[in-house]
Amino acid sequence: MTRSHRQEGPDRLYVITSGRSGGADDSLDAVTLVVAESGPVPGMQSEHARILELCHSPMAVVEVSAHLRLPVMIVRILLTDLLDTGRITARHPRPAPSPARPLASPDVLEKVLVALHDL
Amino acid sequence: MHSTTSESPAPEPPSGSGPPGPPSGAGPSSGARQPASDDAHPPLPATAEQALKIAVVGGFGAGKTTLVRSVSEIRPLSTEETMTRAGDGIDDTDGVEAKHSTTVAFDFGRITLDATSVLYVFGAPGQERFWFLWDRLFSGSLGAVVLVDTRRLEDSWYAIDRLEAQGTPFIVAHNDFGDTDHTLEQVRAALDLDPGVPLVRCDARVRASAKQVLIALVRHVRSLVCEGSR
Repeated sequence: MTRSHRQEGPDRLYVITSGRSGGADDSLDAVTLVVAESGPVPGMQSEHARILELCHSPMAVVEVSAHLRLPVMIVRILLTDLLDTGRITARHPRPAPSPARPLASPDVLEKVLVALHDL
Repeated sequence: MHSTTSESPAPEPPSGSGPPGPPSGAGPSSGARQPASDDAHPPLPATAEQALKIAVVGGFGAGKTTLVRSVSEIRPLSTEETMTRAGDGIDDTDGVEAKHSTTVAFDFGRITLDATSVLYVFGAPGQERFWFLWDRLFSGSLGAVVLVDTRRLEDSWYAIDRLEAQGTPFIVAHNDFGDTDHTLEQVRAALDLDPGVPLVRCDARVRASAKQVLIALVRHVRSLVCEGSR
C-alpha cells in the first residue's frame, strides 16, 4: 500500500468494496470517532484488518481514510461492514448541529477557546 | 459510460512528500503492524468521544495548508473524497452524458482539546465546483474561516456567498504575505463583506497568528450564540 489512491484506477476501489458504491451508514460523519472492539482475525479482508489495527485508539473517519489512502466514501463503506458485525463502535459528533440549530453550545465553545489559548 | 474526472487542486505546495498517509519510509504493506501512532501522529486518548470541526476554505495558494499545519498537533494528513453525480456541464466534456466522478483532495490537522474532545481543522479549496462535497463533509462544523489572498480576492467570493446562504458562522482572515498594501477596510470593501462578519489579518505560517484566527472564529460563534439566546 505504498501507492496513493490517486494513482489507483477505479477498478481496485471496485474490488475493495466488492462493487458497492453505496450502503454506507449515513450517520458516519467525517469526524465520527471509530474504535476497534476486537483485533483482526485471519482471513479478514486486508483493509478491514488494517482498520482494526488503526482504530486501537479512537480515530476519525477522515484519519482512517488518510492512513489507508482510500477515499472517504470507500472507507465509509468498509467501516459500515465492521459496524454491522460489531467489530468497531462509532462515537458520533454531538449534538449534531442542524440548519435549524447550527451553533454549538456555549460550554463546548468555552472548552475550545481554552484549548486554543493554550496552544 | 463512466468518465472519471480527477480534480485534485489540493494539497497546496509545499506539502512536502506528495501522497498522504504514513511517512514515505513506511515501506510496503509488509508493515502490517505499522501503527498509525508514530511520533508525527500520536493517538487520541481512549476517552475521546466528541469530535468538532472547523473548515478553512480559500483559493489555491491562499495558505490553507499552511494555517492547518501551524495549529495542528499532528503532521497534517491529506485524503480525498469522491462523489458521483450526473454530469452538469462542469467538466467541459461535451457530449458526455455519463455520470462524473469528481475527486477532491483536502488536508486536515487535529487539536486535542481535553480527554474527551478533539478538534479537526480542515483545509479545503473554496471554488464553486467543490461545494457539493463540502456541504456534506463540513456540515455540522463549528464554523469556517475564509482565508483570502488579496492577489486573488475573487477566489473567495463564492465561498463567502455560500457560507452566508448556509447560515454557517464564519470569519474572513487575510493571510498577509507581507507584500500587500491593502488595509483591512479596503479588503472588506472589495469583498463586500457584511459588517457583522469579523475580518482579521494573519500570518498563516506563524502558530501564534494562526491560532488567533481560530480564536477569532470561536469568539464570533460565541457572540452569535449569546445573541441568539437573548
